[in-house]
Amino acid sequence: MHKRYMSIWFRYFATDRMARSHPELKEKLFLLYAPQRGRMVVKASCKTLSKEGIIPGMVVADVRAILPSVEVYSEEPYAQAKHLRDLAEYCFRYSPVVATDPPDGLILDISGCPHLWGGELPYLQAIITRFHKGGYDARAAIADTIGTAWAVAHYESNNPIVAPGRQAEALLSLPPAALRVESTILKRMEKLGFREIGQFIHIPRTNLRRRFGDVLLTRLEQALGTGYETLQPVTPAPVYLERLPCLEPIRTAKGIEIALQRLLETLCERFFKEGKGMRAGIFKGYRIDGKTVQISIGTNRASRSAVHLFKLFELKIPEIEPALGIELFTLEATLVEDVSETQEAIWNTGCNNPKAIAELLDNIAGKVGMQAIHRYLPQEHYWPENSVKEVNSLEEQPETEWRTDQPRPLHLLPEPEPVEVMVVLPDYPPLHFRYRGDIIRIAKADGPERIEQEWWLQTGPPRDYYRVEDEDGARYWLFRLGLYGSEKPQWFLHGFFV
Amino acid sequence: MKEGMGKNEIIKQLREKILVMEGFNSGKDARQLDFGLGPVNNSFPGGTFPVGAIHEFVSPTEACFAAANGFISGLLNTFRKKEGVCMWISTRRKLFPPALKSFGLDPHRIIFIDVKQEKEALWVTEQALKCNSLSAVVTELPNVSFSESRRLQLAASESGVTCFLHRHSPYLNNTLACVSRWQIRPVASWLPEGLPGVGFPRWEVELLKIRNGKPGSWLFEWQNGGFRYLPNQKRVVTASVTAKKERYA
Repeated sequence: MHKRYMSIWFRYFATDRMARSHPELKEKLFLLYAPQRGRMVVKASCKTLSKEGIIPGMVVADVRAILPSVEVYSEEPYAQAKHLRDLAEYCFRYSPVVATDPPDGLILDISGCPHLWGGELPYLQAIITRFHKGGYDARAAIADTIGTAWAVAHYESNNPIVAPGRQAEALLSLPPAALRVESTILKRMEKLGFREIGQFIHIPRTNLRRRFGDVLLTRLEQALGTGYETLQPVTPAPVYLERLPCLEPIRTAKGIEIALQRLLETLCERFFKEGKGMRAGIFKGYRIDGKTVQISIGTNRASRSAVHLFKLFELKIPEIEPALGIELFTLEATLVEDVSETQEAIWNTGCNNPKAIAELLDNIAGKVGMQAIHRYLPQEHYWPENSVKEVNSLEEQPETEWRTDQPRPLHLLPEPEPVEVMVVLPDYPPLHFRYRGDIIRIAKADGPERIEQEWWLQTGPPRDYYRVEDEDGARYWLFRLGLYGSEKPQWFLHGFFV
Repeated sequence: MKEGMGKNEIIKQLREKILVMEGFNSGKDARQLDFGLGPVNNSFPGGTFPVGAIHEFVSPTEACFAAANGFISGLLNTFRKKEGVCMWISTRRKLFPPALKSFGLDPHRIIFIDVKQEKEALWVTEQALKCNSLSAVVTELPNVSFSESRRLQLAASESGVTCFLHRHSPYLNNTLACVSRWQIRPVASWLPEGLPGVGFPRWEVELLKIRNGKPGSWLFEWQNGGFRYLPNQKRVVTASVTAKKERYA
């Protein structure tokens, strides 16, 4: 099939984007800058400023001297790239194959599309008008090749449509910069007096190659259609969205449940086909009074079991207020992950069904919250409070062994509790201590185990831990904070042994 | 004579049926599990530790609380060897995961659920008991009503998951629909004469109630990753302890 391409060029892309997101800037003079070698350099200026001659590459201080009223903002290259991608996705309404042309353009493969708009000219005008309405100063051109479309969009404003096979004619009067070559080559051409493509298009290729390298020839061939150029189209993120319109407004909880079940079944069927699973989902109901009600869930691991997902949603169905009735239900999986059946073994020793456990945890998280679920892994710290770390995932395995060389109490108090003690000699365990009003007499004791502060984390006196047993057989973990001599050390109860 | 034998047979069969109806899982799994409790097994109906049921532990003091958790961890160790993951549900957890390693448990294989309200803990326990992929569930919950415990017992007997319901100083020592009630007290450890330090953890394990079994009291030590029964030690000290605690209470 005969290929046709369209190139769209947003002349003031960066500033138009800024003005769109900050409508108050529309009437003002402003520019975007970025630091470059210690100076603030203009990266983009708005339409009015550009006409005044403020062009990218100038120093902001100079611009301020010329125009004191100018407003300056820092450039956001990442946001711009993202916005360009968004525009590309918007253009899916005009063509299924859309590619970005950074930093400020789009390229559409429009083969077989324009007749739907009644021809190429109305098609092009429709797109340009649409972008103008959106606040973009856009220019577009249609040609057989990407190169020519690009050249015409950027350097020719009168005839945006190049008839099939007429690339060479269209290019003749354009400057060499229209061929998308580097600035070094352009400078060399200017030095030699090549101001238009027509001046060198008929020069033998070997001569051109010797002077300007392969790049120029490739670009020329691409523009003329004798060379090959690929397009990297933007692929839209797959949307996992199911809709269920209702004949009559639904008002009952049972009705909502049935709608949810139907949507889940269709969505889960699709998940099975694609090997995916839902991690987060939103169930929305569009009421006939124009409002939207929604509930959302999250799971611990990707799930595609309609029964399980329904259970999670079921807990929240009472939150939906149908009011006069819901006429449309949608279910969207906002976070989708791959499900791999081979990696089912979470806990490497024989657990019958990790999926069931993950589903149980989902249920718990849905009811009492994710923050209630804890799992711990060892951490290489001596300080008892730092010796464990909490992990969120079920899959994570310990990198180091759990330490068993020193006894640790089964019960650790969240905060060490100060106790009054009677000590015979420094560095000896206490004879007795008073805890919550009871005097506890110590019969046996073990220790001390000194644990120093980890200086790279915190500073302070060390702790001397003693394992003690009272006359009744209760076993405690006491520690002395600080050393005798400099100041009076304090004693704390930190835990209970079994 | 033959008729008598027949009657005995019938009565034995009926007893076994009643046991099953009362929520005792005397299936194959149960017989394979040996908790190393030695003479305690004689107190259980059928001579095996009842799994798929709720065991209640009552701890009046902090020291008993820690000791009972130690005892439970020792029991969990046997469960884990057989199967997989345990769940530890609590409203005010003090358990320090690294210490579980000394009971042969991998702390990262235990999922801790810390909820704020007792109601939520009950809900989570019931959900967990319905999931037969868990090997055991431990719930630290002081106050449970009879009907709530019956609900848990039903869930446990249906799924076969064993639950340890640990009540730390409850307001009311009410009867629950559990198969057993235990009390674990720490006892002074023993060391050879003249040796400094603290010995192996030693507990007085008291089985206060057991359905269709004989209650009793034994002395156990936790040694080298297993229970060790101490037959000849008498509970001289502990008698005074209980007296004292009761007086203060």
